[in-house]
Amino acid sequence: MRITCPLCGTRDRREFYYYGDAVYADRPAGGAAPAAWDDYLHLRDNPAGETRDLWYHEAGCSAWIEVTRNTVTHAILSTRLVAERGGTDGAAPKPRTKGKSA
Amino acid sequence: MARLIEKTPCEALLPVTCGALSLREVVGDRITSVAPFRGQATKLAAALKKLGLSWPEPNSANAKNGASIVWTGRDQAFLIGADPDSLAGHAALTDQSDGWARIRLEGPGAADVLARLVPVDLRGFEPGQALRSQLGHMMMVLTAPAPGAFEIMVFRSMATTAVHELHHAMKAFAARSAV
Ligand SMILES: [Zn+2]
Repeated sequence: MRITCPLCGTRDRREFYYYGDAVYADRPAGGAAPAAWDDYLHLRDNPAGETRDLWYHEAGCSAWIEVTRNTVTHAILSTRLVAERGGTDGAAPKPRTKGKSA
Repeated sequence: MARLIEKTPCEALLPVTCGALSLREVVGDRITSVAPFRGQATKLAAALKKLGLSWPEPNSANAKNGASIVWTGRDQAFLIGADPDSLAGHAALTDQSDGWARIRLEGPGAADVLARLVPVDLRGFEPGQALRSQLGHMMMVLTAPAPGAFEIMVFRSMATTAVHELHHAMKAFAARSAV
């Protein structure tokens, strides 16, 4: 499996560390309702199909990357820097597409 | 008062040769991490220009009169072999001079030696390019100081392992070439 780092280019999977669902980057604002925190902390989709998650280019440039990939075909569909996706620090996240079943 | 003994990172380990391949240590240059402050890109570029350098795009490096600047990550580069004082105020400057082991590998087949340790295709890697990847399991900064030559930077604490792995790969490559 190879992942395209937006900075370094296409690299072997061994250079990357997997963190988890990209929802981790959409932290609720400080005063958000408990239900929003419950969702953020505990509830995850488990799609058969397209999903987004966070990867760290640990053995490369040290950038955090959002990877859109397909859990059925293992295809890497797109990548972008977490720094460029928005939605951090309680700011309104960009709309997130729910995983589709294949 | 303690008497401290100054040693280079690869002291007593290098140089080594293997056929026409050589591995030697590069020492003595000041290394400064440069991380631009927000909104300071233009002033930083002007200060670098006075050193004959320019801010490196990802995966690139440039050099002038013994000084060089190497891309090392998002919004970060290493200034090597130059006084960083003129960049003050435009970027966060951190002295890294004693933190890295710098090892130069050159000779015919150098790229084949690294192919055993680095998960990136280095055939065609040439001066002006720079990359972050792995040497075995070690984080690495790689540049090409001259055509056919590689400069490998690893954390100083990894110097012995890096030399061991490189020398092992050199011997294996030489043995395979002799078959
Ligand atoms: Zn990278």
